Parts: sequence; structure tokens; C-alpha cells
Amino acid sequence: MNWAIDVWNSLPPELQLLIVSVFKIVVVLVPLILSVAYFTYWERKILAWMHVRIGPNRVGWKGLLQPFADVIKMLLKEIVLPTKSNKFLFLLAPCLALVPALAVWAVVPMNDTFVIANIDAGLLYVLALTSAGVYGVILAGWASNSKYAFLGAMRSAAQIVAYEIAMGFALVGVLMAGGSLNLGQIVLAQSGNVSHWFFIWLFPLFAVYFIAGIAETNRAPFDVAEGESEIVAGFHVEYSGIAFGLFFLAEYANMILITALTTVFFFGGWLSPFAGIPGLDGTFIAAPSVVWLALKMACFCFCFLWLRATFPRYRYDQIMRLGWKVLIPVTIVWLAVEGVMVALKVGPWSQA
Amino acid sequence: MITGLLFYAFAAVLVVAALGVITTRNPVHSALFLVLAFVQSAGLWLLIDAEFLALALVLVYVGAVMVLFLFVVMMLDINVEELRRGFTKYLPLGVIVAVIVVVEIVHVIWFRSQGLKFLTALEPSPAGYSNTKALGAVLYTQHVYAFEIASVILLLAIVAAITLTMRRRPGLKAQDIAKQVAVNSKDRVRVLKMESSKDP
Repeated sequence: MNWAIDVWNSLPPELQLLIVSVFKIVVVLVPLILSVAYFTYWERKILAWMHVRIGPNRVGWKGLLQPFADVIKMLLKEIVLPTKSNKFLFLLAPCLALVPALAVWAVVPMNDTFVIANIDAGLLYVLALTSAGVYGVILAGWASNSKYAFLGAMRSAAQIVAYEIAMGFALVGVLMAGGSLNLGQIVLAQSGNVSHWFFIWLFPLFAVYFIAGIAETNRAPFDVAEGESEIVAGFHVEYSGIAFGLFFLAEYANMILITALTTVFFFGGWLSPFAGIPGLDGTFIAAPSVVWLALKMACFCFCFLWLRATFPRYRYDQIMRLGWKVLIPVTIVWLAVEGVMVALKVGPWSQA
Repeated sequence: MITGLLFYAFAAVLVVAALGVITTRNPVHSALFLVLAFVQSAGLWLLIDAEFLALALVLVYVGAVMVLFLFVVMMLDINVEELRRGFTKYLPLGVIVAVIVVVEIVHVIWFRSQGLKFLTALEPSPAGYSNTKALGAVLYTQHVYAFEIASVILLLAIVAAITLTMRRRPGLKAQDIAKQVAVNSKDRVRVLKMESSKDP
């Protein structure tokens, strides 16, 4: 083992940092991609159970190999390039959709020590990159040179601009409560017991954030950009094979990301819900760990599927009304309430 | 060393993108080049530790303003040839504006910064220094009135823009969404109990 340590120490520090970072990225992305694969499986299963069907059960035991069958099918299919499309932008669009969805994970803390990039402006970084994700959708719709795809892109652009403001305002409340832009610090500001988690004090902001998150990921009931029953598949109607697969991957990675961010901002991230209860302190059940983060994320992932199975699609003007006339006023009112609470030192943030 | 390489990479792409904005024929391509230019200048700002400005640039301009720009540009049916017809007519005006801008930049860089060592690298910020916090402290204490007045002017501009473009078209059939939301299932659906019919 000694020679390995010697080799490691002889490397220049930049190279060491690079190797460690690449290793951390792999540690985060491989479970993420696997989660995306099984998220699609669980989506089909849960929707099936809610519809009193069986769902995929042919590939592997109880259909557990279905995601891999889907991926192999998409990889083997031809990528059709529409003749009148803009080839460069057409192929760039799926990449632009996927890159922000994966890059945001750099600042999401897994526990109090593991985070790829522990930067101070983490919350701003999250907002900036999630807002850049819309370019994949807009470019896909425009470069396809198809009317359905274009309609989907236009709807998506208007929807994202409307909901991003509500989302940003909700996060302003979080940073007022957490006193920091660093995601790890925001989680640590919620330590103590469950009553210190921000969703209790900032419940309206949590609701707004989660609704805006569903809208930003173009999921039902806000999936007008895809709108299978009206504009076929919206912005990705011209995509086939793995180019379509990348959009799919980006959408599910974004959903998992929204659940992770909701957990970090409002539900104490990696903190245990049993912390601070007398008798449980010091046991493994009260210890903070990445398992709690994963469990909380799984609950929110289920909510995404539950909402999809429950609600019909919003009409376009109703989406705009909800975003501009309901969610934004709610956030503004609650920010004012929170400002008063902070000034009067009511709430968990005053005890620090 | 790496910072220097990154600077030249960002700067080179920024210049190419900026040239692309004014040379491409397709307005959508121009807007996309502008997005690229914004991202590159955000990268440049990150290199000098101005992370708040960099991320705010990406968030506001790339994430919102340029999306709306693209929204409009894609919807418009712009005839590029018609736009180009005025090129020679407006050329003198354009040259005058360009000369004024160049003179101003030279003035700022050359004459006013004789005392400043702007060509040497900036001192690295001390540990624990937060760019965002410093900016907030200056904006909300020293310049609080200017900041508030600027925001009121922007609000005024929004209200003015909406009032100027608001049209009440006669015969427009709009839905009253409040009325739609307030509807109960009882108003719309009547459940009937019917005896199942028997075969005669």
C-alpha cells in the first residue's frame, strides 16, 4: 500500500483535486442514473396500480429488468434527422437539456461532509442552472422545424418564465431563514428536531416551491409542453432513439433533483426526523445520514407520480393564472410575514 | 496558470460569440450567440471572484430575458432583406455611435486609470469573504435610496408598458376563471339511480 500513497503524494495538487473530483462525480452520477432507470419502472408500476392494472412484468423477475430493455431499445434505434431541421441545434438541444440537470448535483450536499463543490453561492447556482435548462426545450422545438414541436417550445418558454419567479421568491424565504446561500449551511440551520425544519415555518413557500418545481420539470398536471393528447409529444415529437432518450433522462433527473432540493431546503436534508427525541438520541435512528435524504426524496418522487395519476392537465391560461396571480402573491405575502417573524425573533432561526 | 488559460478561453469564445450576434443572418442564431456571450462573460466574472454578479447574469439574462427574447424572435416573421435595406442610410449614424463608444472606452481605460494597477492580477479575496454579502451590505445601507428609487422606476415602467399595450377588443370571449374554479360537481353532474332492466 505504501507505494500507492507515494505515487499519490508525488502527483501535483491540481491533478489530485481533479482525480478526487472525478471520483466524487462518479459516486453521485452512477446512483443518479440508476435511480432514473428505476424511477421510470416505478412510475409505470405505480400508475398501473392506481389504474388497477399490473404494469410491466415480462422482462426479468416482476419486470425489474424493464428499464434496461427500454434503454437498449432506444440505443439501437435510428436517430432520424428531419431534412428541413437545423442539424446542429437539433442535436445540441438534448445535450443542453441534460447538462444543467446533471450539473446542479455539484452543490447538493449528501451529508455534512460529502458535497462535490461546497460553494458559498450554492442557492444562486441552483437557480441559475435550473433556469438554463429551458434552452434544451426551446431549441428542440425550434430546430425541429415542426409546428407541434414549436407550439410545445413556446408553451414551455412562457411557463418556465412564469414559475421561475415564484420559485426564486420561495427560495428567498429559505435563505432568509437559513442565513446563508450555501446548501449545507441551510440544512445545518434546520438541525435540532423536526420542529426546526423550514416546512413548518415556511409552509406556503414549500407548497409554492414544490408546485413550481413540478411546473419547471414539465410534469403532469403542467405537461402542456408535451401534451400528448393535443400536440402529440410537444417539443420532442421529431426526436427518436437515444436523442429522445436524453430528453427522457433529463426530465427524470430534473424530477429527482427537485425532490432533493425540496428536501434540502424545507425538510432538513440528511437530518433524521427522530433527532432531538428523548430516549432515541444517540441511537442510529436519530443519527443524520444520507439514508434519510434518500427516504425523503423517495416520498417526494412518489408525490410526483401520485399527482400525475390524479390530476387532469391544466389548460394553458389556467397555468398562467396560477403562476402569476396565485403563487407569486402567496410568496410575496409570506415573505412579508417571515420578515416580521425574523424582526420579532419568532421561530427557529432566532435560537441560533 | 490555469486561471490565465481559462481567461483566454472565455475571452476568445466571448469575442467570437459577440461577432456572431451581429454577423449571422438568422435572428434566432443571433439571440443564441448572445446567450453564449452572456455565459462566457459570467465565466469571466467568476474568475475574478464576482460570483454573485456572474450567477445573477446567468439567472436574469440567460434564464429569463433571453428566453423572452427568443420567444418573441421565434414568433416574429422577420424579413431580413428588408431590414438590410436601411444599412447605407443608417451607416453614418452607426459610425458616429461606434466612434463615441470607442472613445469612451479608451478614455476610461487609458486616461482615468493611470493611477490604478488594473493590468496586474487582483488580490485574492481573504478567506470567508462573501461577495454576495458585501454587495448586499453596500446596496442596502449606503445606496439604499438609489436602490429603492431604481426599483420604483422599474415598477413604473412595467405598469406603463402594460397600460400602453392593453387593448379591450370588442367581442372577445374570455373565460371567468374564478367562476370556473367555484363550480361544484353538484351543479354539473346529476347521478341517477336506475333499475337495471330485465330481459323480457
